Amino acid sequence: MGDHHHGPAKGLSRWLFTTNHKDIGTMYLWFSFAMFILGGAFAMIIRAELFQPGMQLVEPAFFNQMTTLHGLIMVFGAIMPSFVGLANWMIPMMIGAPDMALPRMNNWSFWILPPAFLILASTLFMEGGAPAFGWTFYAPLSTTYAPPSVTYFIFSIHVLGLSSIMGSINIIATVMNMRAPGMTYMKMPLFVWTWLITAFLLVAVMPVLAGAVTMMLMDIHFGTSFFSAAGGGDPVLFQHVFWFFGHPEVYIIILPAFGVVSQIIPAFSRKPLFGYASMVYATAAIAFLSFIVWAHHMYTVGMPIAGELFFMYATMLIAVPTGVKVFNWITTMWRGSMTFETPMLFCIGFLVLFTIGGFTGLMLSIAPADFQYHDSYFVVAHFHYVMVAGAVFSMTAAVYYWLPKWCGRMYNETMGKTHFWISFIGFNVTFFPQHFVGLAGMPRRIPDYALQFTDFNMMSSIGAFIYGASQILFLYNVIATIVAGKPTSEEKVWDGAEGLEWTVATPAPYHTFETPPAVR
Amino acid sequence: MSDQATTHEKYYVPEKSAMAALATIGLITSTFGAATAMNQATFGNGESSFTTMYIGLCIFAATLFSWFRTTIKENLAGMNSAQLKKSYVIGMFWFIFSEVMFFAAFFGALFYVRTLAGPWLAGEGEGGAWNHLLWEGFQYSWPMMQTPQEAVGGVSNQVMANMGTFTSAHKSMAFAEVDAWYQWLPMWNTIILLTSSGTVHIAHEGLLSGNRSRFNLWLGITVALGVIFLSLQVVEYYEAYAHFGLTLNSGIYGSTFFMLTGFHGFHVAMGTIMLAIQLIRSLKAGHFTSDDHFGFEASSWYWHFVDVVWVGLFLFVYIL
Repeated sequence: MGDHHHGPAKGLSRWLFTTNHKDIGTMYLWFSFAMFILGGAFAMIIRAELFQPGMQLVEPAFFNQMTTLHGLIMVFGAIMPSFVGLANWMIPMMIGAPDMALPRMNNWSFWILPPAFLILASTLFMEGGAPAFGWTFYAPLSTTYAPPSVTYFIFSIHVLGLSSIMGSINIIATVMNMRAPGMTYMKMPLFVWTWLITAFLLVAVMPVLAGAVTMMLMDIHFGTSFFSAAGGGDPVLFQHVFWFFGHPEVYIIILPAFGVVSQIIPAFSRKPLFGYASMVYATAAIAFLSFIVWAHHMYTVGMPIAGELFFMYATMLIAVPTGVKVFNWITTMWRGSMTFETPMLFCIGFLVLFTIGGFTGLMLSIAPADFQYHDSYFVVAHFHYVMVAGAVFSMTAAVYYWLPKWCGRMYNETMGKTHFWISFIGFNVTFFPQHFVGLAGMPRRIPDYALQFTDFNMMSSIGAFIYGASQILFLYNVIATIVAGKPTSEEKVWDGAEGLEWTVATPAPYHTFETPPAVR
Repeated sequence: MSDQATTHEKYYVPEKSAMAALATIGLITSTFGAATAMNQATFGNGESSFTTMYIGLCIFAATLFSWFRTTIKENLAGMNSAQLKKSYVIGMFWFIFSEVMFFAAFFGALFYVRTLAGPWLAGEGEGGAWNHLLWEGFQYSWPMMQTPQEAVGGVSNQVMANMGTFTSAHKSMAFAEVDAWYQWLPMWNTIILLTSSGTVHIAHEGLLSGNRSRFNLWLGITVALGVIFLSLQVVEYYEAYAHFGLTLNSGIYGSTFFMLTGFHGFHVAMGTIMLAIQLIRSLKAGHFTSDDHFGFEASSWYWHFVDVVWVGLFLFVYIL
């Protein structure tokens, strides 16, 4: 024991027993990157199989396991924990707090994640194979027709839901209670705002997901009939419960990304964020709307026309606050003294590609049109534009932006820019053609396809391998920076950056703001 | 750890702690054990062992015990600033909110089945063709005393693939089917639980006014009422299984009935344990002062929360 004020403990116990928000943030970030690589490897298998029509490499059943695990691991293992890691690292430093509000629970929130994903990944080696019902696990595929490994899947969802709820409660308590004197709500950096609202969404919907998997568990093992019409239940009930979680979930993924972009674009435009207050209100409006649009994922299940119309109009409304955000980001850049370092490149890439994903989302929100697009590769293209070019690009931007502050070393700018351009090109070569095959009628989640889709699928696969390879470059650049990057001790690594995190020493000391800073 | 409270650090950031790692071992062992045992029972030869799960739960319970003990000791040692105490308050509030949303999922399922899916299965509105093609003759009523499967004459007459065998109860738990009002357990349980919300409030007032014996007495009464509630629920479940034919297999009525009342009962059990621990702390260790009693206060909020959920249950599961 002893003077933990001056530095971390040595060895493994530092990580296993830590209560330090920076340690925990680091663990989240590395864990999510490992999951990103694993989920990415599954994606490579999917694209390799789809390189040509006909069955090439894997069995159809295994292909289904790959699409399922790819989705689950990317959503729950890669994107969500990466932003929680970023929140852990940055929120206390941004609001002038000594640590997260509940440090021991913070450690627990992280440590239940790796075993939960170990259990999920181990289903691949179980009898009957891994879950193969898609990441949305619709009943009865996930109940009546599920492999036995579904039970392990259910419990791992429970555990990672618990992790998310505890992590969110911690973030809410930190933001509400730990702000430095003078740091009023409307002075908080936008990343803190978006995470506060995200945490609220998580606390509201993760228990609903727990409810959904609990009903599955009961239907499978204890004879209930929630999702079985024979007993008076309804398989469509599953979709309602799932998407009541699932739609807020996609904003849980993208809102922190909005926050990151709102930090970085002003820094490299050397102008304050345009329309700060409207950004806050737009975030809150998106969060509110996310609760009343869930059934736009299920236009084709046979809802009454009134339902289709309600969910269509409510969904279209989301374009308004999202448009406010895109407008504000562009206006922030307008007549700014812009430079294009790697974080900024990723943010501009985000802005362009996320907007494309937003527009395809608007197309999908139109109920009658969706009957054509539903469950096609158009949908796959849409959500990869918002998930990869949205969430993952902004996360990458965040790593480049704050890495010098974290480790006191500068990354290699040339390598960073190379990473961006290969990613940007690889991403678009992968997913842009999927719009076309989707509109032409290629369904998602199939290992084989009609001959006329061959060319676009080959492009897609080549793009995917390029994009996948560019992440190896990313990993190399990050490790090279930590090990041998050019040391920097400037507090303000970027001359245009604003915020409390740039007032502490570089690299950030193990404990920051043990006495709260004065905020004017 | 001793000099924590005297350093310049205003907010107490605990030193490194093994509790999170131990709790992880407990949680993962118990969930893995539960999944394995359930799979053995359903997909294996029927033999299953929950031993691993119980071992995990024991580790988990022991860790939680030590975790709470540590936080209580820290508070008694004066390490918790007013700001830290506020973090606990915020944490408890949002935890209860997450519990509310968990129940919302099951209430949502109940409302969906009762107002939309059930009538559609019987051919109402958009569902005319389904009824004709799949469940000819199924009439919707709530409580659902005949499942669609039974309406078509059992599994063998089903057009759709079998998804289990569902036999409905011959008697429901609804008020309409009770012989005499005083025999109706849910009513007594409602009275008990509403009363207990009052008694825990009286206990709180006793504590606030510094009257420890009043606090102990009324908290003891609250715990006793919780135990009586749970005992009556055991009786109710026994009646359901033994005399009403109402089981988890009784179609969607049985599913929603047992899941809603079951999870509520589980939460009452948790709340009773929480309050009992506060009572023991007060009796044995003399914990709590009129201005510092968060352990009790959080438990009482939790108790009011299970009470409110019960009112919803009473209305939508038993009466309406």
